[in-house]
Parts: sequence; structure tokens; C-alpha cells
Amino acid sequence: MTLSSQTKNLLKVHQDVDPDIKPNAGWRDLPIGGVIPQGGTASQFATGDWRTIRPVWSKEKCINCHRCWLYCPDMAWISEDGKIQGVDLTYCKGCGICANVCPTKVHAIEMHPEDDFKDDEAVKEG
Amino acid sequence: MALPDLAKKPQRFTGGHRACAGCGFPITIKIILQAAENPVVVGCATGCMEVTSTIYPYTAWRCSFIHTAFENVAATMSGVEAAYRSLRRQGKINQDITFIAFGGDGGTYDIGLQSLSGAMERGHKLVYVCYNNQGYMNTGIQRSSATPRGANTTTTPAGTQLPGKPQYPKNLTAIMAAHDIPYVAQASMSHWNDLYRKAKKAFAAEGPAFLNVLSTCRLGWATAPEDTVDVAEGAVQCNVWPLFEVEKGNWKLSFKPKKPLPVADWMKQQGRFKHLFRSDNSQLLETIQQQVDEDWQRLLELCGVNGE
Ligand code: SF4
Ligand code: SF4
Repeated sequence: MTLSSQTKNLLKVHQDVDPDIKPNAGWRDLPIGGVIPQGGTASQFATGDWRTIRPVWSKEKCINCHRCWLYCPDMAWISEDGKIQGVDLTYCKGCGICANVCPTKVHAIEMHPEDDFKDDEAVKEG
Repeated sequence: MALPDLAKKPQRFTGGHRACAGCGFPITIKIILQAAENPVVVGCATGCMEVTSTIYPYTAWRCSFIHTAFENVAATMSGVEAAYRSLRRQGKINQDITFIAFGGDGGTYDIGLQSLSGAMERGHKLVYVCYNNQGYMNTGIQRSSATPRGANTTTTPAGTQLPGKPQYPKNLTAIMAAHDIPYVAQASMSHWNDLYRKAKKAFAAEGPAFLNVLSTCRLGWATAPEDTVDVAEGAVQCNVWPLFEVEKGNWKLSFKPKKPLPVADWMKQQGRFKHLFRSDNSQLLETIQQQVDEDWQRLLELCGVNGE
């Protein structure tokens, strides 16, 4: 039986998120009813490539109020032990809410066009 | 609760969901779920939230999650809660579990209203949350009974024949209060502290609870993505979306703007009201302002608060 490329893709992703699915699984091995056996698998999906502008955080200016953490719709602000550590660009869609809700007087987040970072990535990848 | 402490609690909703950049409801989910202490079971009516957060085989939910059709999340969660009570009686479960049903305004005000009413009347111990973005945004920005008067939608297009939606939104929060359930509240994702407190009260209620939470849709409201929180705040500051709670029949105002903004100031932020600022629609703007003022006075009376 040949699988459609869509089913193959689904299986591949499913194997990534669910170790119980065998490598040679077919569509019959997919959970019945579209059940997703594990929670939080979306955390393996990067939405950062939607971004056209990027938040840049100043650790020095930050007063750790956590408004960015609260109002980011994409759970991109990392907080450890009650301290903001920075932004996870894997998920950040570049909406600009964080820069907007950061207290005006503090202004610890600035949005910059993604183009400004083109060279950084070239260096990293190279 | 201070925000840095709130951030120490593990989150039940992850990034990597496919809602628009700058969407309001993930913020609503975050605030409400951070207020839950027990394990939670979430049911979600069809709508933006369900569609964008559970694209197979991805799910942004770290808790049990059930997708239902548009009209029956309250019925589904009634069944889940009843099954839980039975299992508890039989001694098969000993844990306290919190049940939450999420529906958009389409799935709550319109399509799911009868199943919601039934679940509340039967007294199931669950919290129903309407994330209200004032229209059918997922299917292409059609009007719902929560859409404000004058809003441009694809089924009430503003043009020469029609200045946007002709009707006022219905007062669903009052309808739910009329069910005489233990707890009903209206909140906004812009006022996190108020919403967090209300979610806590809803979870602690001895029976059904209902939260109506304003959640910006930047696509349907035609607002800039970075303004999502500001626009929701504006709705509260101009009394279009007052914050209040009804506890065992007692109406209580949660917030009173020092000096209410004109409704036009809030509308100006949103493309869906652009046509109202043409000179031929100025009368309608005034009419809407009068209605908002009247509704506000009526709410103050219900809450036993003196107006100016
Ligand atoms: S720009 Fe938007 S998505 Fe990115 S971190 Fe800020 S609030 Fe989150
Ligand atoms: S909103 Fe601004 S000041 Fe507050 S924690 Fe975030 S970056 Fe720091």
C-alpha cells in the first residue's frame, strides 16, 4: 500500500513526538480518532519564521516586571526562578506586544527588522 | 500574586501554536490556566482557539484536551464532569480535578447557547470561559451576536447601504447571571490581575461558573498586532466592556474608569469602525455613545454604585 505524502509527513512528525510509534509504521498505526497521545507537542513546531521584526532585550534596563512574559501570546519569554532570561526566537512571531507592554519608562525591549540580523545568521550557519 | 511568582508555575499551554501574531486568546488562556491549582481537563468548542492550538499531530495543550463541535462543548464537559463524579463515588479517582470549557463568542453566544444553558442549569461543576473576540473570526470575520453595533464584518459589510452591523451585541453575561449560578464574571485579558482573581473564584465556586473574557482579534478588528492589549484596555476604559462579577446573585463592579474615554476613541483604534468616522455616520456614533452610557448607568444601579 502506498501512503500519500501527507500521511507520510504526519507519521514522521508523529514518530518525532511519540516514540511508541514504530519507524516502519503505516497509517493503521496512527491513533484512532485523531488522538494526540502526548501533550504539548506544539512546542516542537517553530513559529519563529513568521517573524519580520524581532524583539531585542536589554538585560541592564529590565526591571523584571514580567509583563512581557505575561502578554506574549507565543510563550516566547523565558523566565527561570522568577527571573527573565530573554526571548526564545523559536516561537516569537514578532507581534511587538512585549515591546509595547514593557513599561514606557523602562523601555527594555526594542523591535528591529529581521533584515538587520541577516549577517548574524550567516555567520552562525557558516 | 506577583507576576515573577506566577511565572514559576509550570505552564499548560505552549508556544508553537498557529494563532496569528498578536492574537489575544493565548493570553486569556495563559492567565486562566495559571490560576488553576488542580489538574485540569479542557474542552474546546470549534473556533480559532481549537483550530490553531491542535493541528494534528501537534497540540499546544499540556493538559487533557477534548475538541468538540461548535455547539456542544458545554454538553461534552457536562458528561466528563458527571463521569468524574461517578468514578469518584466508586472510589476509582481520588483527585480534585478542574473542568474548563472554552468557546469563542460564536460557539457561546450563538451556536452553543442551549448546551451552555443546560449545563449551567443542571449544576455541573465546571467553568465555562467564553473568549470573546466579537465575531466569527476563524471562518472569515462574520458577525455574531457579540459583534458591536457599527462593526464592519463580511456579513455586515460597511458601504452605502449599511453602516456595519445594525444591532447591538446581546448581554450574554447578564443572561448567564439570570441562571442564578454561583459565579458569573465579565473580564478582559488586558486586566490580568482582575481576570486571574476571577478565574480563581470561578474554580473555587460550588457549582457552575461562567467567565466572559474580552480577547482581541487583531485580524477581525483590524488593529496593529502590537496594540492587542491596548485595544482591550480601551474597551474597558470607555465602558463598552465593563468589568464586573455576579456572585450568588450579588452584582459587583470590579473597575470604574476615573474618566471614561469616549467610545469613539476606542473605535478609532480599529479598522472595523473606520466608516463610522465619515460625516454621514456621525449621528450613529452619537447613538452608540448614548447606548453605552445608558448600559453603564444600568450596570451601576445593579451594582449599587452611585454614578457621577
Ligand atoms: S514580539 Fe510578540 S511573539 Fe515575539 S516575544 Fe514579543 S510578544 Fe512574544
Ligand atoms: S516587560 Fe520589560 S521590564 Fe518587564 S520584565 Fe519584560 S523586559 Fe523586563
